[in-house]
Amino acid sequence: MTFPVLSVIVLLPLVAAFWVLLAPGSNDGRAANARITALVVTLIELALGIALWVSFDTSTAAFQFVERIDLFAPFLSWHLGIDGIALMLIVLSTFLMPFCILASWTSIQKRVPEYMAAFLLMETLMIGVFASLDLFLFYVFFEGGLIPMYLIIGIWGGARRIYASYKFFLYTLLGSVLMLLAMIYMVSVAHTTDIPTLLTFDFAPAVQTWLWLAFFASFAVKMPMWPVHTWLPDAHVEAPTAGSVILAGVLLKMGGYGFVRFSLPMFPDASVELTWLVAVLSVVAVLYTSLVALVQTDMKKLIAYSSIAHMGFVTAGLFVFNTQGLEGSLLMMLSHGLVSGALFLCVGVIYDRLHTREIARYGGLANNMPRYALFFMLFTMASVGLPATSGFVSEFLVLIGTFAASTWLALGMTTGIILGAAYMLYLYRRVIFGTQDNPEVLAMTDLTPREIATLLPIALAVLWMGIYPASFLTPLRAPVANLLARLHHAAPPVQHVVPATAAKGLAK
Amino acid sequence: MATLYGSVHLASVETILSAGVFVTLMLGVFRGDRSLVPLTWVTVFILALAGVHLAVVPAAGATGFGGLYIADSFSTFLKVLILGGAAVSAVLALPYLKQSATARFEYPVLILTGALGMCMMVSANDLLSLYVGLELQSLAAYVLAAFHRNEARSSEAGLKYFVLGALASGILLYGVSLIYGFTGTTSFTALHAVVRGHGAADIGVLFGLVFILSGLAFKIAAVPFHMWTPDVYEGAPTPVAAFFASAPKAAAMGLLLRVAIDAFGGMTLDWRQIVTFVSIASMLLGAVGAIGQTNIKRLLAYSSINNIGFALIGLAAATREGVTGVLFYMAVYLAMTLGSFLCVLQMRGPDGEPIETLASLSGLSRTRPWLAAGFAIFMFSLAGIPPLLGFWPKFAVFQAAMDAHLYVLAVVGVVASVVGAYYYLRVIKSVYFDDPAPAFAPADSRTNSALIVVAAVFCSPVGMLAITPLVAAASRAAAALL
Repeated sequence: MTFPVLSVIVLLPLVAAFWVLLAPGSNDGRAANARITALVVTLIELALGIALWVSFDTSTAAFQFVERIDLFAPFLSWHLGIDGIALMLIVLSTFLMPFCILASWTSIQKRVPEYMAAFLLMETLMIGVFASLDLFLFYVFFEGGLIPMYLIIGIWGGARRIYASYKFFLYTLLGSVLMLLAMIYMVSVAHTTDIPTLLTFDFAPAVQTWLWLAFFASFAVKMPMWPVHTWLPDAHVEAPTAGSVILAGVLLKMGGYGFVRFSLPMFPDASVELTWLVAVLSVVAVLYTSLVALVQTDMKKLIAYSSIAHMGFVTAGLFVFNTQGLEGSLLMMLSHGLVSGALFLCVGVIYDRLHTREIARYGGLANNMPRYALFFMLFTMASVGLPATSGFVSEFLVLIGTFAASTWLALGMTTGIILGAAYMLYLYRRVIFGTQDNPEVLAMTDLTPREIATLLPIALAVLWMGIYPASFLTPLRAPVANLLARLHHAAPPVQHVVPATAAKGLAK
Repeated sequence: MATLYGSVHLASVETILSAGVFVTLMLGVFRGDRSLVPLTWVTVFILALAGVHLAVVPAAGATGFGGLYIADSFSTFLKVLILGGAAVSAVLALPYLKQSATARFEYPVLILTGALGMCMMVSANDLLSLYVGLELQSLAAYVLAAFHRNEARSSEAGLKYFVLGALASGILLYGVSLIYGFTGTTSFTALHAVVRGHGAADIGVLFGLVFILSGLAFKIAAVPFHMWTPDVYEGAPTPVAAFFASAPKAAAMGLLLRVAIDAFGGMTLDWRQIVTFVSIASMLLGAVGAIGQTNIKRLLAYSSINNIGFALIGLAAATREGVTGVLFYMAVYLAMTLGSFLCVLQMRGPDGEPIETLASLSGLSRTRPWLAAGFAIFMFSLAGIPPLLGFWPKFAVFQAAMDAHLYVLAVVGVVASVVGAYYYLRVIKSVYFDDPAPAFAPADSRTNSALIVVAAVFCSPVGMLAITPLVAAASRAAAALL
């Protein structure tokens, strides 16, 4: 029996959450205990995540670190394992968590133990989603994430938090229950809940369409895709900073992960058949939400809309069925996780000082907060997709992929990039440059060491991903090739795919 | 005499309960109301003793009293639920009764009588023994509903329950007479053969079946026979409402399963339409009706209507998986409901008077964090959010429905569960998000607190470890019917 590293990485935060909640002591003592425990545990998780990454065998698409116990028969089993895609998303989740804890260090003052416990629980559920190899275990983690997020938004959120928390919960629940029925159907046909087996199971093409649509209902809401995206701006705006980071950084990735893990390989015929739907919705999402982002007056809302636009890139790239598109989309999920997370942290920094998200209240921060302006600029550029940042590599790969599939699709995507540059630079100009007429803004102090410690590692990761993306692409290669083989096996590519050497060379 | 002895031995659970009713009644009469506490524990002891005697039930099942009575793994499973539910209902009432000055000794006696009736219901193998069991349970329930006899609300609840219950019994009896008239038998075993022979062609049998199902739908509070539920739950003393929502529901559901699957197994296609309609209507009305409620007991009443609708999905499937799902559902439902009512019993003002408004729960997480956590677990569990245990029975019945190709029913079910989630979230919102309302009086009973903890742990994700044994037991029980 080997060391059950995945069980440990999934369950450790859960155990810590119980300790944080149950620890005795005075209010202040419990709060301090909660903060320190949460930070230490998330750092251990990060170490475990990196250990997984280091010891991962990138040459195979097979699931690794597999564990299986038939604990909850006949409904489901405790079955964990990861491939390269899951690995990178787990690393992303564990990477973002310590910064969420740090970002909440002083800004959360009420009910600290409950807050930290909710985040630790969230970490268990997020990693569980990516590590599950049992269909219903995946569903449990996927759906269970609603509970802590509902509480995080509802208890520690802004003024309209109750509306936002309901909307978040019910929207995502409605999408998910349809997926549940599809899962039950799949199991009744295939007689197994084992994801590796289901990945190679051929469902009848007529049924695939229905199953695909049911899964789409769930993942499109989670992603979120236009027109079921409206819960996201509300949830983001009302959630506390760290909640927004987790929402944008990891929760949205569950939708993309779902497409890669379920929709594409399990229903390849339906995926090919319904590509047009995804393409249209993606282009609309990219263009429409970018335009909406341009007119926002609330910083968090602007970044929320930019998230939807970026997710439009991801979905477009996933459904062009070539290496560049798929790898670009997956890389974009990682990049967006870092960048949008960092942007929300940046907003959190100034929100903690002035307690407003109104863009108009700020201005000229470059004068009194130069370090902040530097970090904010880096992440803005990464969001825009400037070369040498993670955003560039991923957007470029997606564009190559979509161009190979359809020039019109690529045209829409490129327009989106231009709009993206417009709204991000516009935001940056209004917040960082210009004149300072607000004395309160003038009095704001630059980043504290704790805030630098929060932003610097993410900045380095963004640069790393932009300059040497191969570190991140290597684990994705084998699973992506495997997925493409499955897709092409079910439906040979109609379009002529551009020889991939150029793009690969660039990606390396 | 040998057969009579055999029958009595087979029905040892009911024998013990009957003797227990007399003993407790006599003790109560001679020792008066001050014997409430000891009598309650005697009742629990009798229920436990009866539970031990479930072991004598032969695994293969056997009939007694000339075929009127049947004991099999199906009845055993339900009797465990009934005895457990009755015992908890008896115990949880103690602090409430002491406080409300209606500390009458009849309460445990009536619970015991109800348990006897319920055990007879799930062991009925004939339309007549069915009726006797049902009436015994109902009469005890009518009295319990009006237990606060000096209070108008409670008397009103009792009267309402009695009038509507009597009407339902009448409908049921009319159905029985039709069935007897058209088939010449009241025995389930004989009916099974006759109905299978007749097929669905016989319109008279069909009419009788509709009437019987209507009568039983009243007992499980399924739409369109649900109207009494919110009023009775609200008016009846809270412990009584907890009792109504738990054991009798399981018993009536068991009865419904046996009648539908065993006696009328040959007419599945006919009653499936009725059950499907009742199920859909209950799920939707239960979900929508609860939204506007401001009284927590009324909300739980709609919640029970909603849950019964979900459980009926399993019956509509009419397969072994479906029946397993229903039984598993009732087991988990019992724990969730009793847990919720135990939490409601904790809602008391500074002078100990019961509070029932949803608004009074505001900010409970600040004043009573553990009670708040209990509410959160029970509400998320009732809403069926994984990984809480309440999700898995829903999952089981959906699985059965999908296997039986009842796709429309399953889709309506999941949509109703989302609508239903809204009002459970409202409770959690009050408890966690709102500013604190005046604090409740501190917990007054260690027993009740311990019961809340046990129920909450069972309904929490930890309870998932119980899935395997529970489903195995439910599946064995379902095998006795199918």
